[in-house]
Amino acid sequence: MTATTVKFYQTGTHTVGNRLLDPEQRSVQADMRRTNSLNSGHRACQGCGEALGARYAIDAAMQACDNQLIAANATGCLEVFSTPYPETSWQIPWIHSLFGNTAAVATGIAAALRVKGRSEVRVVAQGGDGGTTDIGFGCLSGMFERNDDVLYICYDNEAYMNTGVQRSSATPGAARTATTPAVGPAPGNVFGQGKNLPLIAMAHEIPYVATAIVSELRDLEAKVRRAMEIRGARYIHVFVPCPLGWGIRSDQTIAIARLAKESGVFPVIEAEHGELTGVSKIRKQLPVEDYLRPQRRFAHLFGPQPNTTAIARIQAQADRNIRRFGLVDAPAAAAAGVE
Amino acid sequence: MLTQCEGSHAVAATVALCRPEVICAYPISPQTHIVEGLSEMVRDGTLQGCEFINVESEFAAMSVAIGSSATGARSYTATASQGLLFMAEAVWNASGLGLPIVMTLANRSIGAPINIWNDHTDAMSMRDAGWLQLFAENNQEAADLHIQAFRLAEELSLPIMVCMDGFILTHAYEGVDIPTQEQVDAYLPAYEPRQVLDPREPVSIGAMVGPEAFTEVRYLAHAKQMQALELIPQLAAEFQQQFGRDSGGLIRTYRTEDADTIVVALGSVLGTIKDTIDDLREEGHKIGVLGITSFRPFPTAEIRDAVSHVRRVVVVEKCFAVGVGGIVARDVRTAMRNRPQPLYTVVAGLGGRAITKASLNQLFLTAMMDKLEPLTFLDLDHQAINRELERERLTRRSGPIAENLLRDLGVVAARVG
Repeated sequence: MTATTVKFYQTGTHTVGNRLLDPEQRSVQADMRRTNSLNSGHRACQGCGEALGARYAIDAAMQACDNQLIAANATGCLEVFSTPYPETSWQIPWIHSLFGNTAAVATGIAAALRVKGRSEVRVVAQGGDGGTTDIGFGCLSGMFERNDDVLYICYDNEAYMNTGVQRSSATPGAARTATTPAVGPAPGNVFGQGKNLPLIAMAHEIPYVATAIVSELRDLEAKVRRAMEIRGARYIHVFVPCPLGWGIRSDQTIAIARLAKESGVFPVIEAEHGELTGVSKIRKQLPVEDYLRPQRRFAHLFGPQPNTTAIARIQAQADRNIRRFGLVDAPAAAAAGVE
Repeated sequence: MLTQCEGSHAVAATVALCRPEVICAYPISPQTHIVEGLSEMVRDGTLQGCEFINVESEFAAMSVAIGSSATGARSYTATASQGLLFMAEAVWNASGLGLPIVMTLANRSIGAPINIWNDHTDAMSMRDAGWLQLFAENNQEAADLHIQAFRLAEELSLPIMVCMDGFILTHAYEGVDIPTQEQVDAYLPAYEPRQVLDPREPVSIGAMVGPEAFTEVRYLAHAKQMQALELIPQLAAEFQQQFGRDSGGLIRTYRTEDADTIVVALGSVLGTIKDTIDDLREEGHKIGVLGITSFRPFPTAEIRDAVSHVRRVVVVEKCFAVGVGGIVARDVRTAMRNRPQPLYTVVAGLGGRAITKASLNQLFLTAMMDKLEPLTFLDLDHQAINRELERERLTRRSGPIAENLLRDLGVVAARVG
């Protein structure tokens, strides 16, 4: 077969060019044999980024291991909306234990499979940002440092959505949540706090770390596939907008995710054994204002007197991401006024 | 084979014979020697087909056991004291999910003030967590209870804590008969889970349950523990048949047949109590002791029958519920409901304070004259308490209590007697 450069986006649109691809390169979701691991009929909100991300990630993982997959799930939206007793949307063996122990439960599953000689069965653990970056962080770090054979997927919607939109350590500066209200002299979440879990995962020097975004689902699938080729601790951090918590329309999930990437707010990267191996370049750099303005959680920045200081701080963070990970090729960067 | 060994060693050797498939460990005194022993057996190949995982916390230890047990592996861990509290959420989760994990609890007090020595506060903090709780009187029973525990846990699909007194048992050298692999294999069949995570037959475990079924799920947990009240004596009888040793069971009585006074206790202190009772019997006192082996499920009927003829019951317990009084005593009182006999609660041995024959002798003589307070703290230093109360009366900023007491006492070493 002759090599051809494939464009994933058709010119002038953001349509993913699935039909332009070789059949085995196509999305798992385009395959009739997709497993619908997270089946329809669940109770996620309309436009839920997490449901979308989980569906693509788990189906891709299933395809990569010949459907031999067990999932451990943290308490949170994904758990609640998928398994209201006696209903379940999971077509795969699935366990929910607690909010903060998912990585450890997955370690136990992997250990049991190893001792029983069932190396063909793979283990995935999943949780939201609260269950990953806050309450489940100890167990996650333990699973990383032991290099347990688990793929952990974090669906990051930047707050505790299941309990009613409270701040987590993944909530960005200035964002309004129920516990960082948009009142007082510095409305919204405090700047200079929070943690970058993909970088922390990389610092554990585990075999594979990646970030992904629900506006680039083919990329998410590819990363899951890559992760499934590897044994040991692997981490994928998926950026999943939440219409309810962020104050966006349910049809804006994909657009907002794309703006997060194109503005540099959320860098889409890949690393192996602690070293960066790939970045997804920004196609057309946009100011963070384009990303912030449609979201009601940032509405207080855009009143009659816009909070230019806060917007500038967020822009500076995005610029730092762009510099740090080389998200923009040099000529474009120069054109956009970035060093 | 009869071996002179440390209690922890005996338990490690016996647990290994039970063919655990996943062991997760986090160090905390006084259980560390058990998991150290198991770690060595996994490393040197004595214990095959077993994954030993060094985890980052007790919370993770129980969580790993939850994952491995739900995947069909026989799972074991051990902890004590603060460790049990740190894993508390997962302790409840394991029983709620019906996973037959076996855990050794090397009983130790709970801080603050921090204290590494033995009492039963840790076990009692989890008495309502849905686990079965078996208390060993000596190292032989500690070892034997583990074999029975795996069998019992797996038949019921419920987790079991085997409680053995920290240091007093875990670090004591005694002769223990360690059974052979063939003996254990004959008693303990391979684990056949009721629920298992397996792609061949996908199930969801741990779904949210609302008011429509929550009560029923909880009731079933209770009903299973009630089943255990029948199963525990059966398994102990079968154990005796196969191993030639009387171990386990619900309760154990000593010289109670014609007793006017029955002492109730758990764990290693039963030995000292029996010695004291032997002395009192020689003096003509009609006194006996009832040891509770199964604290959860609580053998209500057996205790009620055993104490029905007595004039009084004295519960000696290494724990208490602050603001109320006895914990064990309250359950014994429930067993004796509608009975007129007085029940005395004696709190003893907290934080490792030695329970001596001399103190027990005095205590039981006072009880037999019915001159004991309903709630007594054995060997309580009233002077030390009054000094601190006086200090608090005189000074607002009286300082930290524990440090004040230690300064007043002027002793550095742990007090014995």
